[in-house]
Amino acid sequence: MEATSEQLLWMYEKMIEIREYEETMARVYLEAKLPPKIQKGLAFDIGAGPVPGEMHLAAGQEPVAVGVCAHLRRDDTVVGAHRPHHFAIAKDVDLNAMTAEMYGKATGLGRGKGGHMHLFDPAVKFSCSGIVGAGAPQACGAALAAKKLGTDAVAIAFFGEGAANQGAFHEALNLAALWKLPVVFVVEDNKYGISVEKSASTAIASNADRAVAYGIPGVLVERNDALAVFEAAGEAVARARRGEGPTLIEVKTDRYFGHFQGDPETYRPKGEAKALRQHDPIPALGATLRARGLLDDMADAALRERVSARVQAAYDFGRNSPYPEPQDALLHVFAE
Amino acid sequence: MSTTTTTRRLTMAQAISEATAQEMARDPRVFVMGEDVGKYGGIFSATTGLLEQFGPERVMDTPISETGFMGAALGAAAEGLRPISELMFVDFFGVCFDQIYNHIAKNHYMSGGACKVPLVITTGIGGGYNDAAQHSQCLYSIFAHVPGLKVVVPSNAYDAKGLMTSAIRDDNPVVFLYHKGIMGLSWMSYFEGSTTEVPEAQYTIPFGQARVVREGRDLTIVTLSQMVQKSVLAADQLAAEGISAEVLDLRTLVPLDRAAVLASVAKTGRLLVADEDYLSYGLSGEIAALVAENLDTLRLKAPVRRLAVPDVPIPFSRPLEQFAIPQVDNIVASARGLMSFKLD
Ligand SMILES: Cc1ncc(C[n+]2csc(CCOP(=O)(O)OP(=O)(O)O)c2C)c(N)n1
Repeated sequence: MEATSEQLLWMYEKMIEIREYEETMARVYLEAKLPPKIQKGLAFDIGAGPVPGEMHLAAGQEPVAVGVCAHLRRDDTVVGAHRPHHFAIAKDVDLNAMTAEMYGKATGLGRGKGGHMHLFDPAVKFSCSGIVGAGAPQACGAALAAKKLGTDAVAIAFFGEGAANQGAFHEALNLAALWKLPVVFVVEDNKYGISVEKSASTAIASNADRAVAYGIPGVLVERNDALAVFEAAGEAVARARRGEGPTLIEVKTDRYFGHFQGDPETYRPKGEAKALRQHDPIPALGATLRARGLLDDMADAALRERVSARVQAAYDFGRNSPYPEPQDALLHVFAE
Repeated sequence: MSTTTTTRRLTMAQAISEATAQEMARDPRVFVMGEDVGKYGGIFSATTGLLEQFGPERVMDTPISETGFMGAALGAAAEGLRPISELMFVDFFGVCFDQIYNHIAKNHYMSGGACKVPLVITTGIGGGYNDAAQHSQCLYSIFAHVPGLKVVVPSNAYDAKGLMTSAIRDDNPVVFLYHKGIMGLSWMSYFEGSTTEVPEAQYTIPFGQARVVREGRDLTIVTLSQMVQKSVLAADQLAAEGISAEVLDLRTLVPLDRAAVLASVAKTGRLLVADEDYLSYGLSGEIAALVAENLDTLRLKAPVRRLAVPDVPIPFSRPLEQFAIPQVDNIVASARGLMSFKLD
């Protein structure tokens, strides 16, 4: 499946947006968490600063998000995991409200109730969870709903190779295969589940092979490359839309930051993260665009400026929005 | 021969790993498994140093397969091994609760006492650092509700070491819940009162013995875990106002030291339960009911008061989370309210 010029440019711009978003977050997140502002004796205070709580960044993993989401419509469902920003951005989640949520502000997607791992934007059918593996069956449910409602919408479940060892993953695959659901399972293999290397958590080399057990197609994308993901996902999404059932895709990708911000990364060979950046998928796609005459220096600069403005606006919105009233903690336990 | 015991100040995390290491050295049947317990030393440092000392056969990183490794812990325990199985955050129990509450908790009973299940489930609890609804719960009451599980919730390093040693030696399944905010982690603000002098030598603390952390005359604060540290700070403030609060650390929920609760309330005549779990159907109700059931012998000077999370999921945003989780100021205010109450 050939990407159109429009799709190519869209993927490129979204990847830049995701990267800029994550690198900005990496800076903002550290504000007021490091000495000297924090309590004496502490190295790092996860609960301090404008964006408190855990923070899992996805820089490096952009190709997975854009390669899949390039095929999606607004009414297709995406269920992400604890590392959700790249999927959310690629699914066009409201960037201002998403950022405000991470600041815990009243203007956030969840009015400050959810935070970074729990982003919900029903307008574009996006959700995610901090419970590893939980998304796969939920995507089956969305796909089941599409089937029952007679639409040709599809559902995507994104999660890591670590999550593919959860029972929920296997149950979801079986359900989807059994009921021929329009769902695509996308495993991001960034080699680590926190500190545990894939070789120490998964008995086989590729999760794509697990599809055999459920009688569905399994596709391995060996390169952290937007076009390679685009191709695999294109077929899987089309197949799902045609009512032919689920596909399992595994993409080999790279995580540039630690598992979470502040992660000492003692488990990772020194310099590995830096080395990974030498195969950055963003300039690679940029080069393809240039070779096809879709991009030049001026267009690239204009695009980057546009993206920066958008990202900066989102962070400004988040920072400057008001906090919810403390008693608002009591709201929304039940629907009115 | 010297009889002096060497002590050092340890964080709760160090105390737990020391207890585990000493038991592993003493008993080759003890082994540890869980997510990131090896090279990482546990996300909350409860297994730091164990891999280096005992190697990967006895300190096993597991896949993210909680049902799998909790069930495996049960299977291994039934064969006579003594697993310590870490559930990274208590919030993840939902993934593997069938293994825990239908099997680990019940096999001894259903076998008429024929099968023993000597295992420890360790897990991190608590909020206060904005990790939101799926990473901040306490939930100890859920475990305590199920017959067949012992439930340990330490508040400081000294207790943690002794209780952990007891937990590993116990022939029953023990759920050992440590609050992240008192582990002494370098990346989280914590309550310094939880870092204490800890003897190097092994020792045990028996289950079912609450500890009077601070003596008082006017009211009893029954509490546990990080809330002990908050209650002590509250008691300091109250003392400055002339209110003498007794702080009782339950230390274990199963078995529960009912006698200690009743003795303290008999002395002070006023009860405040300070809990970081949800309000309804939990620990605070249990303690209140205990006192209510004993009103034939107890004389209260004020109604019982409960402070807990007001039946909402733990919200992410700082002001919301501060509101939902009881704070030192809330304890002080509740205590004052209890003191100002006049029974006719
Ligand atoms: C049920 C459950 N178990 C454990 C965790 C803790 N945890 C959060 S992320 C993570 C690793 C996930 O690895 P992977 O699925 O490969 O995704 P990645 O972080 O690499 O994107 C773990 C163990 C969790 N959040 N939920």
